[in-house]
Amino acid sequence: MQATWYFLLALMLVTYAVLDGFDFGAGIVHLFVAKTDEERRHVLAAIGPVWDGNEVWLIASGGVLVFSFPRAYAAAFSGLYLPLMMVLWLLVLRGLSIEFRSKLEHPLWRAGMDAVFTFASSVMAIVLGVALGNVLRGVPLDDSGYFQSDLFTDFDPRGPHFGAIDLYTALVGLFAFVTLAAHGATFLVWKTTGEVRDRSARLARPLWIVAVVLAVFVTVATALTHADHLAHLGARPWLWPLPLVALAAAFFCRHALARGDEGHAFLASSAFVASLLVATAGTLFPTILRSTVAPDFTLDAYNASSPRATLALGLFVWVPAITLAVGYFGYLYRSFHGKVQRGDHHY
Amino acid sequence: MGSVGWSRLQFGFTITYHYLFPQLTMGLALLIVVFKALALRTKKPEYDDLARFWARIFGINFAVGVVTGIPMEFQFGTNWARFSNFSGGVIGLTLAMEGMFAFFAESAFLGLFLFGEKRIGPRAHFVSAFMIFVGSWLSGYFIVATNAFMQHPAGHTLDESGRLVLSDVFAFLFNPWALWQYAHTMSAAVITSAFVVCAVAAYWTLMHRHERHARTALRVGIVAGLIACVMQIFPTGDQHGKMVAAHQPAALAAMEGKFETSTHAELAIIGQPNIEERRLENPIVVPHILSFLAYGSFGAQVKGLDDIPHDEWPDNIELLYYAYHVMVGLGTLLVAIMGIAALLLYKDRLMRTRPVLWVLMLSFPFPYIATTAGWMTAELGRQPWLVYGLMRTVHGSSPRVSSGSVAFTTIGYMGLYTLLSVLFVFLVGRAVARGPEHHGPEHQGENDAEHEPKPQEA
Repeated sequence: MQATWYFLLALMLVTYAVLDGFDFGAGIVHLFVAKTDEERRHVLAAIGPVWDGNEVWLIASGGVLVFSFPRAYAAAFSGLYLPLMMVLWLLVLRGLSIEFRSKLEHPLWRAGMDAVFTFASSVMAIVLGVALGNVLRGVPLDDSGYFQSDLFTDFDPRGPHFGAIDLYTALVGLFAFVTLAAHGATFLVWKTTGEVRDRSARLARPLWIVAVVLAVFVTVATALTHADHLAHLGARPWLWPLPLVALAAAFFCRHALARGDEGHAFLASSAFVASLLVATAGTLFPTILRSTVAPDFTLDAYNASSPRATLALGLFVWVPAITLAVGYFGYLYRSFHGKVQRGDHHY
Repeated sequence: MGSVGWSRLQFGFTITYHYLFPQLTMGLALLIVVFKALALRTKKPEYDDLARFWARIFGINFAVGVVTGIPMEFQFGTNWARFSNFSGGVIGLTLAMEGMFAFFAESAFLGLFLFGEKRIGPRAHFVSAFMIFVGSWLSGYFIVATNAFMQHPAGHTLDESGRLVLSDVFAFLFNPWALWQYAHTMSAAVITSAFVVCAVAAYWTLMHRHERHARTALRVGIVAGLIACVMQIFPTGDQHGKMVAAHQPAALAAMEGKFETSTHAELAIIGQPNIEERRLENPIVVPHILSFLAYGSFGAQVKGLDDIPHDEWPDNIELLYYAYHVMVGLGTLLVAIMGIAALLLYKDRLMRTRPVLWVLMLSFPFPYIATTAGWMTAELGRQPWLVYGLMRTVHGSSPRVSSGSVAFTTIGYMGLYTLLSVLFVFLVGRAVARGPEHHGPEHQGENDAEHEPKPQEA
């Protein structure tokens, strides 16, 4: 039962990364692929109907985390107090910049909001990577079941004084930034037309190469600093195809972009993000937050969960809820199928 | 102030600010459904114009509600880690259900509603308005059910590690406290939105602008407002008060400024509680009424604070007392305003009675104040408990988070939210000034001209 919830939660977070990932990515490349006001509204119209729904996957995952693994929720969120608060502020600013940008016609207002949008999206992408890096590396959990992490200390990934940002987690952050930029640019190729589409295509192709190179770097760095992740991966043959799927997806995506096969390019891009994250979750299981102090203090799916009976009951909520949600999102995305149209310009 | 104090201030500030927006969202969602339904039935263009106008305000309001709501979901973990650890296995269910049942529906259909009118056609557009209404009202239920558990725990047991475990899911989800609190909260949301709709319509009327639209909006706003105002007092307020009397005697005694236990207890309309001397100063009282309101009998005994251990007293009795009296006083005022407006509307004299239109225009802040005071009453009345009778507030905070961190982020929230307020007021003010006959968002500009009129929108 604990394992089930571990993977249900992982599934929701992966969905979140794929969905909000493309609108973060669109934000990262926003200033570079869209130059005129009309073009920038085009970018915002592409993510406009969906970005809020995408972000709900994070909120819902937060709710599911409290429910299924309350100890992990309590430890992680209080332990990364200041970094997390700043993330929340960035999300506030980002939402504002999308929703309020086009409500005023002043050119400086719009330029400023565009900059906020790109800045907040970029930092958010890095933050997601750094957060994943912290999960992979571990945090200084002690016998109280809590920890308190500084934003950064000496940047030494070998410890012993771990901050939220060190060289390893920063590398993962950079990887997330480049990957989501490529993912977002690919999304824009799919949804937009004209100059925005062409610039996005020109940007996406080299970004995918950098993303693949960084993926290799991150894998090597993880293997070097934490050999046990590699051992886990080795012991679980069902995970082996996933990195290959990711690699193939990245190359297929570039290929599809070159051929103008835009829908498939975006699918491949999503597959890249999803397969890497599923492989990561599969490797980590059952660890949720590993302790860098002592293995005994590590929070995993078994010692951090709600009781089995509660989790079993939760399935009666989760299954119908996710079915409905998939239905809503299917309808939403289908209603806005194809390229952005002029009538879609609410923003 | 220590980290618990700062965390209380931070949560109090961020939740109070946040809730200014959802209360309008939830009420307005209902009124937009009404406008859309009337538009589909009557084919009158005013209804569609009003639905679109209020959808624009709704969009701005919803955006601020969303961005200020995200921090709330995470603050349980950041600032109240021991509380999350202790009760996550129970309240996690409603928090998860809110995300999964309510927010997914709300956000997906909001995208369709705001962007999709041209793509999906009028009927599907009505359905998306309806789904936003369902989503926002469901989210209200789940969050009220979470709060109700903290006020009056039900459906739980303690496990061997001393943490809360869900033992009866239906008792938890359909906690009687939650049902009345929800009804009371939702009718307040409708009141807020009705007063806001009426204020804007009154403004248009006084300015001799959009008079046809204003008349229609006033009719819908006043009918909804009057029904909700009455329900706010009876049955929802009455029943909610009886729940407090039955389960939180300390809160009731503090709300009423009652220090000595007595039968035939009098109701203090006004007066100042003096905690040191344990008495209510300068009270104006109505005899017997408190016993009747709390327990349905004039002779019933009402417990005073003197019979409650001092360490179970709410820790800010003055604020609790005044918050409660502000809520009740404003609630009474709101009924009177809506009653007079409804009477004039019925006699068809409202559009010419300028003093009443002035009152309607200026009284929209009162429901916000009353709602805020109501929540302060509920939350201060629960003190010193975080989960009533099970966990004290001082034991719920995050053990490793320093008071400096919480102070810093509290000030950060205050700054950020000040900025938000300025933008919000400015943008809503502009939308109101432009009125309901301004088609399409301002920035659509040239694109719009060629899209209108489209037959399916008529």
